[in-house]
Amino acid sequence: MAQGPAVTVNLTGMRFSSATPLFGALDFSVAAGEVVALIGPSGIGKTTLLRMIGGVERGFEGAITVGGQPAHLAPPSGFVFQDARLLPWLDAAANLRAVRPDLTDAQISASLDRVGLPGQERAFPRQLSGGMQRRLGLARALAANPGLLLLDEPFVSLDPAMVRDLRAVFHAVFQQQNPTVVLVSHDPDDAAHLADRVILLAGRPATIINSFPLGPADPKRRLGAILAAQKEPGS
Amino acid sequence: MAPRGNGTRLEWLSLPLLLLIWQVAAMVAASRFLPSPLVVAGEIADLVIRGHMLADFGQTLSRAVAGFVIAMLLGGVLGFLLGRINTLDRLFGPWVLVGLNLPAIVVAIICYIWLGLSEVALILAVVINKTPLVTTTIREGVRSFLPEYEEMAAAFRLPLLRRIRLIYLPQLMPFVMTAARTGLSLIWKIVLVFEVLGSDGGVGFRVSIFFQYFDMAGILAYTSVFVAMVMVFEHGVLRPVERRVVRWRRDQP
Repeated sequence: MAQGPAVTVNLTGMRFSSATPLFGALDFSVAAGEVVALIGPSGIGKTTLLRMIGGVERGFEGAITVGGQPAHLAPPSGFVFQDARLLPWLDAAANLRAVRPDLTDAQISASLDRVGLPGQERAFPRQLSGGMQRRLGLARALAANPGLLLLDEPFVSLDPAMVRDLRAVFHAVFQQQNPTVVLVSHDPDDAAHLADRVILLAGRPATIINSFPLGPADPKRRLGAILAAQKEPGS
Repeated sequence: MAPRGNGTRLEWLSLPLLLLIWQVAAMVAASRFLPSPLVVAGEIADLVIRGHMLADFGQTLSRAVAGFVIAMLLGGVLGFLLGRINTLDRLFGPWVLVGLNLPAIVVAIICYIWLGLSEVALILAVVINKTPLVTTTIREGVRSFLPEYEEMAAAFRLPLLRRIRLIYLPQLMPFVMTAARTGLSLIWKIVLVFEVLGSDGGVGFRVSIFFQYFDMAGILAYTSVFVAMVMVFEHGVLRPVERRVVRWRRDQP
């Protein structure tokens, strides 16, 4: 069973062109094998933060480490984008090999089986439904790095049935692989279903207004706890 | 809209219809300045057996292919660089514009004056005429790259060669095909003009000789074979390549 690297984030600021910094002081860590959800309203900078952890965005003040290394020098993470962002000119197998060229046919079949896409090796992305494309995106992320998953709004724009199915797939993967996961979402329900701990972001510049473990309760209770914390940040 | 099968049958009827109109026009005109398709067919056979037709077409084809390949490679690299590096584009973009507006015949004359009536001068003139067109098309292709794929490549740390092969080239292929098609149609024509202007062989050179004798059968014989060659290239090479390149777009539910 894979166990991913720990992630530490210690930001003192980040500016784009505007005078107001995107982030205030942000200091948090994600333990190896932990699933942490960053929850906050749209436009607050959650995706940017995820890109920074993934080593894609480097224009910030502070330090972000993955497994003890600066994020941009660490091995690639298993990034799952808001849109599946598959390469439409490659079939499913080739999309996986794009990030891991050494995968054997058997490994690709096993990867697709794991996310509920058996026998879809030769399918092009446009031949797959939205939910299936997200599954393929997850398979690609797992192929790139089964130890660290960075999930950027993985359920956005899907219908409720697809969200339910896809959450089950993610849950099963988390159980089997025990990866370190940073999940970014505007929807507390995503965190209630998947996360071990929640970090609430708010304000401009964005700061952490609350951080708390979710415990083993059922998703409805967990959702209630998150909503309560959003209403009373200091609690 | 006509059914696809019906449309295909109409396409097959198109050329015979043209030949029929030509035949009728030749019969009505009854002039040596408009020989019939049958006469031209006989002339083709005669020129192949006893004339220079094969050698001329070989020469023209080799010049066109050389000019095409060099211009595609050069224009491809330049277009990629100008599309990716803004400073280069600002510095050399106006040169491309100048190149696009240079009259082909002037370029050929200058090349012939500087380098003499040689193969190198002719091919260089073709390359100078064609390269700006390829550069512009490829530059547009590079500018249209989707940043989402760039971000994906950065997130998964894809090495440069894999990015080129899996991300840049597939996005560029429709533009490469456009550059190839427009470029070829241009090259076929300017090679012939340059051969008329200064060459000791080739289709253009031979047609200019026929022109001096008002030999319409010879002119139409060369023209017919030339058009046939271009169409064989279009259907035998370009279209199959294009079908393969855009295969992923057609494989939809």
